Amino acid sequence: MHLSLDGISHHYGGMSVLSGIDLEIPAGEIVCIVGPSGCGKSTLLRLIGGLEKPDEGAVLQHGAPPAGSLNPLTYIFQDFALLPWRSVAGNVSLVLEDHPLGKTEREAIIDDVLARTKLSDFKVALPRQLSGGMKQRVAIARALAVRPAVLLMDEPLSALDSQTRELLMDDLVGLWSKTPFTAVYVTHNLEEAVRLGHRIVVLSRRPGTIRDVVAIDMPLAERPGRLTELTEARERLWSLIRDEAAAADMELVDA
Amino acid sequence: MPEANAPRPVPFRGGGFRPKSSLWVGAAVFALLITLWEIGSRTGIIHPLVLPAPSEAAEAFIDLYNSGLLWKHLGASLSRLAIGWTAGTLLGIAVGFSIGLFSLARAGLVPLVAAIFPIPKIALLPLFIIWFGIGEGSKVATILFGTFFPTVVATYGGVDNVDRGLIRMGQSFGLSWFSIVRKIILPGALPAILPGFRISAAIAIVLLVAAEMIGAEFGVGAYILLAGSLMAMDQLIAGVAILSAIGLTVSWIIGRTERLLLRWRT
Repeated sequence: MHLSLDGISHHYGGMSVLSGIDLEIPAGEIVCIVGPSGCGKSTLLRLIGGLEKPDEGAVLQHGAPPAGSLNPLTYIFQDFALLPWRSVAGNVSLVLEDHPLGKTEREAIIDDVLARTKLSDFKVALPRQLSGGMKQRVAIARALAVRPAVLLMDEPLSALDSQTRELLMDDLVGLWSKTPFTAVYVTHNLEEAVRLGHRIVVLSRRPGTIRDVVAIDMPLAERPGRLTELTEARERLWSLIRDEAAAADMELVDA
Repeated sequence: MPEANAPRPVPFRGGGFRPKSSLWVGAAVFALLITLWEIGSRTGIIHPLVLPAPSEAAEAFIDLYNSGLLWKHLGASLSRLAIGWTAGTLLGIAVGFSIGLFSLARAGLVPLVAAIFPIPKIALLPLFIIWFGIGEGSKVATILFGTFFPTVVATYGGVDNVDRGLIRMGQSFGLSWFSIVRKIILPGALPAILPGFRISAAIAIVLLVAAEMIGAEFGVGAYILLAGSLMAMDQLIAGVAILSAIGLTVSWIIGRTERLLLRWRT
């Protein structure tokens, strides 16, 4: 299953936030969306996952989601969005409880995703006991549990410190290398974009339009060892964004 | 005298603003007040007609216990409290949730609640007697009404304050409406609903006594009223002490419930 965005435009009140977005999200690739703050990156992601309706255009789903996918379009949020009253296993269980699964089947899925995110030892811990990085790993485990066709990640590492961010980037690359998944990854961090993106979409300032799409062919697993070669792509992205980021910085939030 | 530019520690300016609670201090304050009161009564500084000694009130309590009437009064009062408070709370939570979840209920009921909440329910007691009879009905109805409104306000405030990000997460994972309400909104609103119980329980006890002062044979309120009209101040104080004990017990139970249900909070 893959997605395509067809002429998406969106307004909030009288303000145009996105205008004429056409984009392909091919299966098995990570598409990063970068752009200055307030360019409508997160809005675009909410539109892709059906949490908001676009004013114009449509997000199209091509082909059926793979068999066994419980929630084809699955989000990972910047603020983790874990229920503080549920344990690690309980938070994963939450998204399985509405599906007709037996108790043993549900527990098998929980054990599997917690093992894949290295959380098996923290099954009964509450979110308040976990570090930011562990919380986001729980959110990743929860997302994997519903076997998504497309992962929609809204600045998933932005609330974490830079060391934890490095570790989680490695985890994400590891997960992708084992079983390639399709993802839309919104970030303002160009480092993350060049480490994780097969294609990087650069949005312009409000109203957001696609300025450029930068493809990086280097396999994800090789990137940490070849960072110098990525610097070029990073510089190119920065030159695309720089002026607009400076202008966006001087804007009133609700102007 | 030390030199003006000799090294010295930075002055400490932090600390404070963190009151701690201690059970012993609380008990000591009680004991001290009662002792002073007893001494005052024995030395004649406090006239027995103005305020009986604590020991006399204790004797009145023991008399009440020996006569076997204590359990009758207490039983009558506690059953009214339990029925009125439970019904008022359940209705209040139901209405509070509908205000928190549905636009129509919010538009229609919030002004109504705001209009009726401030009316002292004691003023409506004669009306309740006509509607529900002089027996148990009017007494339970008064308590029910009194607990209903604060519960409604606490509940919809709690529902409004549930993290919208969590609700959006539930929607994004395809959870059913009912699952979102039960697994995300209800536990998320609990930290606001439980403190509301404290307020509604206190209001219920106040209204209980008021309701029992009209047409009740048994009940702590009836006992206090009778003591007052006989100028038996020792019995009056004993009755008030029973009310205070009920209040303390209820607040302790709510405290335990909070600790049990809100363990997940930091």
